[in-house]
Amino acid sequence: MIERSLKSLAAALAGKEISSVELTQTYLDRIARLNPDINAYITVAPEKSLAQAKAADARIAAGQTTALTGIPLAQKDIFCAQGWRTTCGSKMLDNFVSPYDATVIERLNTAGAVILGKTNMDEFAMGSSNETSYFGAVKNPWDRDRVSGGSSGGSAAAVAARLAPAATATDTGGSIRQPAALCGLTGLKPTYGVVSRYGMIAYASSLDQGGPMARSAEDCALLLDAMAGFDPRDSTSLERPADDYLRDLERPLAGLRIGLPKEFFGEGCDAAVMASIEAAIAEYRKLGAETVEVSLPNMKLSVPAYYVIAPAEASSNLSRYDGVRYGYRAPEYADLNDMYAKTRAQGFGDEVKRRILIGTYVLSHGYYDAYYLQAQRIRRLIADDFRTAFKQCDVIMGPTSPTTAFKLGEKIDDPVQMYLFDIFTLGVNLAGLPGMSVPCGLVDGLPVGLQLIGDYFSEARLLNVAHRYQQATDWHLRRPAGLD
Amino acid sequence: MSLSLEQVHRVAQLARLEISDAEAETTRTQLNAIFTLIEAMQAVDTKGIEPMAHAQDLSQRLRPDEVTETDRRGAFQAVSPEVEAGLFLVPKVIE
Amino acid sequence: MKQWEVVIGIETHAQLQTRSKIFSGSSTAFGAEPNVQANAVDLALPGVLPVLNRGAVECAIRFGLAVEGEVAPKSVFARKNYFYPDLPKGYQISQYELPVVVGGKLTITLGEGDAAVEKTINLTRAHLEEDAGKSLHEDFHGKSGIDLNRAGTPLLEIVTEPDMRSSAEAVAYARALHALVRWIGICDGNMQEGSFRCDANVSVRPVGQQEFGTRREIKNLNSFRFMQQAIDYEVSWQINEIEEGRAIQQATVLFDPDTGETRSMRTKEDAHDYRYFPDPDLLPLMIDRDWVARTRADMPELPTAKKQRFVADFGLSAYDATTLTASLDIAGYYEAAVAVAGKGAAKPCANWVMVDLAARLNKDGLDIASSPVSAAQLGGLVARIADNTISNNIAKKVFEALWAGEGQSADEIIEKQGLKQITDTGAIEKLIDEVLAANAAMVAEFKAGKEKAFNALVGQAMKATKGKANPQQVNELLRKKLAGA
Repeated sequence: MIERSLKSLAAALAGKEISSVELTQTYLDRIARLNPDINAYITVAPEKSLAQAKAADARIAAGQTTALTGIPLAQKDIFCAQGWRTTCGSKMLDNFVSPYDATVIERLNTAGAVILGKTNMDEFAMGSSNETSYFGAVKNPWDRDRVSGGSSGGSAAAVAARLAPAATATDTGGSIRQPAALCGLTGLKPTYGVVSRYGMIAYASSLDQGGPMARSAEDCALLLDAMAGFDPRDSTSLERPADDYLRDLERPLAGLRIGLPKEFFGEGCDAAVMASIEAAIAEYRKLGAETVEVSLPNMKLSVPAYYVIAPAEASSNLSRYDGVRYGYRAPEYADLNDMYAKTRAQGFGDEVKRRILIGTYVLSHGYYDAYYLQAQRIRRLIADDFRTAFKQCDVIMGPTSPTTAFKLGEKIDDPVQMYLFDIFTLGVNLAGLPGMSVPCGLVDGLPVGLQLIGDYFSEARLLNVAHRYQQATDWHLRRPAGLD
Repeated sequence: MSLSLEQVHRVAQLARLEISDAEAETTRTQLNAIFTLIEAMQAVDTKGIEPMAHAQDLSQRLRPDEVTETDRRGAFQAVSPEVEAGLFLVPKVIE
Repeated sequence: MKQWEVVIGIETHAQLQTRSKIFSGSSTAFGAEPNVQANAVDLALPGVLPVLNRGAVECAIRFGLAVEGEVAPKSVFARKNYFYPDLPKGYQISQYELPVVVGGKLTITLGEGDAAVEKTINLTRAHLEEDAGKSLHEDFHGKSGIDLNRAGTPLLEIVTEPDMRSSAEAVAYARALHALVRWIGICDGNMQEGSFRCDANVSVRPVGQQEFGTRREIKNLNSFRFMQQAIDYEVSWQINEIEEGRAIQQATVLFDPDTGETRSMRTKEDAHDYRYFPDPDLLPLMIDRDWVARTRADMPELPTAKKQRFVADFGLSAYDATTLTASLDIAGYYEAAVAVAGKGAAKPCANWVMVDLAARLNKDGLDIASSPVSAAQLGGLVARIADNTISNNIAKKVFEALWAGEGQSADEIIEKQGLKQITDTGAIEKLIDEVLAANAAMVAEFKAGKEKAFNALVGQAMKATKGKANPQQVNELLRKKLAGA
């Protein structure tokens, strides 16, 4: 049962082959057994999950089902869910039980999905290895000495370890695509504005975007169908008619123009990883696609631009954590300012504090133009590069990450090395484009991710491109050993 | 560019983050490494390029002027550190 | 002894009269229990987002049109970052580089009557922003209590150029602005409740000096009287400081009404560095020209235009026209009264509204909107004076009767109480003959040259007619009779 696709699980539920309660219990049992080691979940509340499952079973019995009714899903702990502890991976919110639902949670609840638990993540989504979580690092199910990626490392490890059939995640600089790549999963970061940010705890508001993480493109499409849609509570939510992300899945790839940015294929990427990428591209040629070289000349600048813009927004977004209305408050303090300073110093971890300091600095008097405005101008250059490239191609391909999963502890003390690991994913967020990562090989037993980048609103096309590849290959069906 | 210890303290103060002298020193080293990475951006000529603040070039949507909320104080204050008589309590504010 | 010039600029925070908050659907009603009107967005719970209230933007457009400023086709919301317990997000959403209204002006009148002069105060800008909550300092075991009901209430911050040169000008400006925002229906102007709060930037410089002196900002002036007192105190304090050789430091000060003094606020440990940047949660506010045109069509005639029309069409003095355009309610009442009394009676209508009605309202502590005597009733009354149906004296009785609700109209009361003026010459002559016969002594005194006696005889005659005779007519007939007798 745990190897079945969402579609097949839905059929099993509809056909009364299994009940939602039974399916949910199966996963809860696996979580109880495997999570203490993997650490994919921060919070599990079996009675809540089972109550939802029971309600889903009643809906199924009444014939009121959607594609996701009764399906248990892991939720990244960045999404506020009413009555659920919602920590965002931080001590600051260790005791925060959300009094409201994020739009994504509300939509999935309405569809009848079951919340299996809240998954581990880098603190406030700031990190590329899930090692900045207050609740401890997540272990990569493929090699438990290695990182699961970040910031959605818990969601990735949960799905890879079969502790959930699929999960929600968010991506500000690669946080869906990179852990998906490192854990051998399929993940999609939609066009900015497609999935509501309401109730999704903000890291960098102009870059954050929620999306699905699953074992296949088809599962991602099903999940995105339920997650996406206009939300009047989010001013940056796009007012477009709901898309059907399954509509183009089977479309043949003949004539597809794949853009290969020379900047993705130069130095900086592990040779064995690159070989897997090349092999995937060769497979696409077999499927009828053509390739064309394109250029993203400002790609390298995405790291500095991102590490100005994201911390700037974050420094302001995280000012609300002041110990006044909710969350952590330091036990001892002399006066108001001391309470703020101690609460925030004790409640935030090192990486979060680092980014708050960077952001505060680049916005402060005398530095704004040189850093913040310059970064925003470079952001436009990067977006324009993509615009130019998409005149020549339908989809851009390249590696998601320069290497496979690295060892726990390997980069955590060197922020610069950690930041550079995101070189291939940051530009997509700066431009606001949709991007995916699809498993395309194993190097020394560790998964490699192929990154697909599409033009604005081309999610259905990206899913189609990924799906056809997954019909021709079986990388997405590989699973880590030792999970039983 | 290189941040001084004093600047690190000042930024930490602006951000309301208590920082010890020892921490400030480590932080300074790390921030300077990061800013070296960031400085790569300064060499680029961006004259005439409009800063991009949003991923989409759209305008603000407006909400009708309607009251849609009801009192949920109890639920909201259930997660508060210190509350009395419906008020959030903080150390004395001195103006 | 040096001569000093005072330079004042004013920033006003006007709470906009919307039903809901600027970025959330919470109510803005005043006086609720603490924190019951603070929803997830107002409390800045993790993950919440702002959505802009159309009503608040509409108010800003109305203001821009009223002061003849430019309603910006594109304006941007920015975050002003600072920590304060009544500021839940740790930043205030405001407008910085691109405000919704640019420029504009307001004309103020200084002095009264013939000495009145007008002065134009230029506005720099007006921008939309959210209000903060309130910190209550009553003793909660030595702590402060935070009420966030007000957090997120829409404000229009209106900023002038440093155009004012005295506390009197500053107060005249604040009064004119206060009248205007109520006139165009964007702010209730309730200063006690904090709906209209002014900050005054005050500096002094030697007369003739071009550059400005260092300014100090007096925060939160919530009455015109305090504004005058605070500025006067501040000006003499600054002059004294400079004359004693101390330089003025830029500072934020508070006015203490109990002592009549201003005092510097506890200086923050860090100098303000608000780190403004465009709010990534809000997109640029675009106001198309159609919207501006529609709003313009929906605006009431503005006080300045109305005032000019009152002078031109009704022949009122500038002073009267100013008084009658002090508020939309007064102007509306006056115009409605004239509509009934007739344009020819516009002047007496003005007097009745400004003098008799105003005094009566004042006595009962009522405002004109709740006057027991309607504009139509007052117009009907003035019409009867104009056509000599009743005298001014009788009119006052009729007015009181209308006030007391003794009739639906002046006509009804005149009829019912038999107050119609006696104009029949024969009848009046007959009465005068009786008066002369009964007061021979007075007649004799008059003839002996005592003019006072004449007035006494008029009084007797009026008394005999129960005040219903036309006094002028009585006067003329009496003189004729005395001359002939």
